[in-house]
Parts: sequence; C-alpha cells; structure tokens
Amino acid sequence: MKFLENIVHKMEPKFAKGGKLEKWNPLFESFATLAFTPAHVTKKGAHIRDGVDLKRTMMTVIIAMIPCLLFGIYNTGHWEMVAAAGDRGLDFWASGGTKFLLGLKVVLPLIVVSYGVGLAIEFVFGFLRGHSLHEGFLVSGMLIPLIMPADVPLWMVGVATAFAVIIGKEVFGGTGMNILNVALTARAFLFFAYPTSMSGDNVWMSGAETDGFTGSTVLGDLATFGGDKPMVAGVEALDNMDSSGLLESTYSVWDMMMGAIPGSIGETSVIAIGIGALILLMTGVGSLRIMLSFVVGGFVGGLLMNAIGGNAYLEMPAFHHLLIGGFAFGAVFMATDPVTAAQTATGKIIYGFLGGVVAILIRVLNPAYPEGVMLAILFMNVMAPIIDHYVVQANIKRRLKRVKTA
Amino acid sequence: MSEEKAKKPSEPLFSKKNKKLVTDPLTDNNPITIQVLGICSALAITVQVEQAVVMSASVLFVLVFGNIIISMMRNLIPSRIRIIVQLVVVASLVIIVNELLAAFLPDVSEKLSVFVGLIITNCIIMGRFEAFAMANKPWPSFMDALGNSFGYAWILIAVAFFRELLGSGTLWGKQILGSAIPGEEWGLYTMGYANNNMMILPPMALIVVGIIIWIQRSRNKSLIEEH
Repeated sequence: MKFLENIVHKMEPKFAKGGKLEKWNPLFESFATLAFTPAHVTKKGAHIRDGVDLKRTMMTVIIAMIPCLLFGIYNTGHWEMVAAAGDRGLDFWASGGTKFLLGLKVVLPLIVVSYGVGLAIEFVFGFLRGHSLHEGFLVSGMLIPLIMPADVPLWMVGVATAFAVIIGKEVFGGTGMNILNVALTARAFLFFAYPTSMSGDNVWMSGAETDGFTGSTVLGDLATFGGDKPMVAGVEALDNMDSSGLLESTYSVWDMMMGAIPGSIGETSVIAIGIGALILLMTGVGSLRIMLSFVVGGFVGGLLMNAIGGNAYLEMPAFHHLLIGGFAFGAVFMATDPVTAAQTATGKIIYGFLGGVVAILIRVLNPAYPEGVMLAILFMNVMAPIIDHYVVQANIKRRLKRVKTA
Repeated sequence: MSEEKAKKPSEPLFSKKNKKLVTDPLTDNNPITIQVLGICSALAITVQVEQAVVMSASVLFVLVFGNIIISMMRNLIPSRIRIIVQLVVVASLVIIVNELLAAFLPDVSEKLSVFVGLIITNCIIMGRFEAFAMANKPWPSFMDALGNSFGYAWILIAVAFFRELLGSGTLWGKQILGSAIPGEEWGLYTMGYANNNMMILPPMALIVVGIIIWIQRSRNKSLIEEH
C-alpha cells in the first residue's frame, strides 16, 4: 500500500492545476481516489465531515453483494450441469469445484462487460464535464450481472448497460441525479427489448435450450397456475395438488431459502442475501425501514391474494412469495438505493410497503410479467418524490396547527 | 439597385427575413424539439420510415395550403369565430389528403388509419394558423408553412429511421440487417443479433426525440431554459 501511495504522491503535481497533464486530472483522480481517501479538507468554516466518503460507501455495498455473487456462480454452474445431464435430481453439493468453475465461465464475462461498458461511458461523460469518475456505477456494475439470467447474450448486456447509464443516469446529470435505479433500468430495457432472451423457459440455465431441457423458474411455473394447464418444471401438474404441494414436490422450502432453484444469477439465495442485508444494516448503509416495510408489504400482498383466492397461485402461502424470484434481492439491494428511494423516514415506510404490495400484485395477477419486483421498484422510484412531497407537506401542516392552537 | 428598391418598397421574395422563416423551424425553432408541438403523431407513426414520410407529406400539404388560405382570409375572419373557421379549413384539407391516400396509397393509408384524420388536431397546424397566418401575408405564410412542415418532417423521419432500423431491421420495408426467418437467416442475425422490440413501443419514440433534443441543446446552449 505504501508503495502505491508513493507513486500516487509522485504523480500528483503533474496532474494538478498548471501541471503538464492537467487535462487528464479526472482520469488520475478517479484511480487515485479508488485506492485512497482524497486528502481534501474543508478550507472554510466548520462542517461535519464523515471519513466514509461515497466511494467507500459503495464498496460496502459491493462487499455485501459478495455472498450473493459467490452463491450465484455456484448455482449457475449447478443448473448448467442439471440441464446438460437432463436430471433435476442431481445432488446440489456434489462436484462443487466443477460447478463453481462452470458458473464462473458464465458470470465472469457478464461482470466484465457490465463494468467495462458502464465505466467507459461514465469516464467519457466525466471527462466531458470535467469531473472525476462517478462512484455510482461501482455498485450498478455489480448489480447488473446479478439480476441477469445465465444465458443472456453478452452484447445485450452491453447495450442495456449503455442504455441504463446514458438514458437512466447521465441525461439527468449523473450519479445522484437519476430518477430510476440504474441496474433495474438495464434489466427493464432488456426485458422489453429482447423478451425472448430475458424470460421464458430457456434462459435461466446456461445451455438449456441446446440441451432441450425445460429450465423454467419457480415463478414461470407459478404463472401457469392461473391457466388451464399448470406446469411444474416442464411436467404437467396433477389436478388434485395445491400450489404449495406442487412446488414442494420439486423445490422444498429449504431449497428456496438456500437458493438451489433456477433464477437470475444473484437473486435465488435468501440466505446469501440475508448476509448481505446484515452487512448493509450493521454499517448503516442500507435502510432498515425500506427493507422491512418492503417485506411486510410483500407478505400483506400475499395475504391479500389468499383472501381473493380462486386458483392455486392465488392461494399460495404468503411467505412463499418472499422466498421466490427476486423479491429478497429487490428488497435488500434495489429498493434501498439511496438515490431513487424516498428520503423521509415516513416516506421510506410508505415507499417500501407499497413496493412490496405492488410487486406481488404484478406477479400474481399479470401472467405476462411472471416477476413483478423489478417493475414494482421502478414504479415506486417514480412515485418516491411524490411520497416525500406529501410527507413533508403533512409535517408542515401538523406543525402549523400546533403554532395556531398555542 | 437602389432605384429598384425605391420603386418597390415591398421586400423581395427571398429576403433574409423570409428565408429565416424556412430555416428557423428546421433547427433552432423546430416545432417538435423546441416548441414541443405535434409530439403525438411523432410517437404514433414513426415505427416505419414509409409511414413517417407519407405522414410528413400529408402535413406539408395541409399546412402549406391551410396557411395560404387562412392568410388570404385573415382580414375577413371575425376574431370570435376564428378557431371554427380554421378548423373548417383544416378539416377540408385533411379530407382531401385522406381520400387521395386511400385512392393511391391504400396500404399506407390503412397503416396510418386514424392518424391522417388526426392531422386536424395536430398542434403544429392550429399553432401556425394562430401564430403566423392570421397576422401575415400569404407569401411569408407559405414560407412559414414550408419551414415548419420540413422541421416536423426531418424529426419524424430521423426518429422513424432509428426505430425501423433497430426495431425491425428494415428500412422502407426492405431487410437491411439481414433476415431472422428460420431456415433462411442471413446478415447480422446469424451472429446472434436480435431486433430491439422496445424500439417498436411508443416510449422509445419519446426517448429518441429526447436524445435529439439533448444533442441539439448541448450544441446550442442558448436553447437551454433558465430556471
């Protein structure tokens, strides 16, 4: 570290104002601050400053995502093997090393493409606007591969990342100014632009299509329950089973909890996400209000569906909704995005709760969108400023009333 | 020269002012990107270039003749009922266009369906009648109509170009990027390229128009509003 520090210090004058390489200061600063906290201090007046700057906050989030990433890599490898063998009964923990390598071969290129494209665009904009590389993309670049299906073509990920960074963020003025969550914008773009590569039965397991294996997700299966021919894992379900029985015949609650189910790369394991959530909460980076209210909202949404009833999907136990699909991942890593979420304390609770309810509503009631979490969070992103506005207005009104009565 | 000018106090046909009437709406006073008029049709019929061109031609016809007619009648129209008079003029012109399209370009006419009829409600047309033709002579009105309809047309065609090329892989109905028909694939599709379905959805038209506005404003900073 000392060695690196010396190099940085030696190079600094060249890039400073008046130096030979002044023009390239944004580039230099981006890399220097990635490694070291900048030495700038407040020059005038006293301001409370935190030693934890934006880059280090972002790093915390990335560390929190590592369990999801590692499990995702393993899980991707597992399902690739299952698809190749055509046998769902494969032991999840057998031949772990091979599975991890297989998964790595799928996930690593996704990460490289996402970071490469995103950082290149960020850098061009930073250069044009004369500021150092924005930190925001550090997290988005890791989130994007985690919410992709294993089989998505790399060029699509590149296009989606470019779209999300330019249209989702830079148009509004860069990091901290975006209305929509960048990673979810990328996913939503792919979802609408290339639906055959983002949904259906063939994209969740690498190689499933060529192997002729039906790799449907739990949500994909559940979406068929509303129709005439419920399917579970490519097999037509029996009439007399209810939804939880159907599911448990293929995936146990423990499977869903642990994440040994097909799905987007990083979203399957509730346990890994839970570890991430703990890291976020203990460091104070993630908002407990949003996470909890989102989960409660999802549960209430599930109960609401139970109350309506009618088909097997509607009658599925409410807590199952919290385990499947991207619900947990969305609650922990997406809904809590500090830029796009509501800012006020009460607002956060309303924002999270409504997000959870809407996610379940879309998931269960609209068969065209098997997973509603993405759309629900994007929708709540748009609503967040309105929620904040009314929370602030209500507070003003309450305090005015107090003044008048006194 | 000076004698001629003294004899003819009216300005020449292609004076700087008149030319500006044509060139301004193409760039710095574009009806779509600056005045944000006529957005509805820009979203609806820019899926294919052919539709966009036909639509632009229709608007050109309606706006040019409408502007001239309104300008000639401007001193006869009582101001209280001027909107109704303007509507009658647009409506008659639109009916002519509609009938012509149905007779000579039945395919396109079918695709454009109600949108030709909706030229009546196109904000650009009523806007130009109100803002220009009601207060100016026929010749400048003609120039103004030309400028505005070409300003409308180039945005429409540019948006349609990107939407058709990226959304369907075609231009003017011709396969440009290759073919995705199973069994006879060629071009980019053999390398795993896929059409971008989002380009066909209306929101993408809004985003493409937005990108044009963005480029335009970053090239000409004076267009950026203070607030």
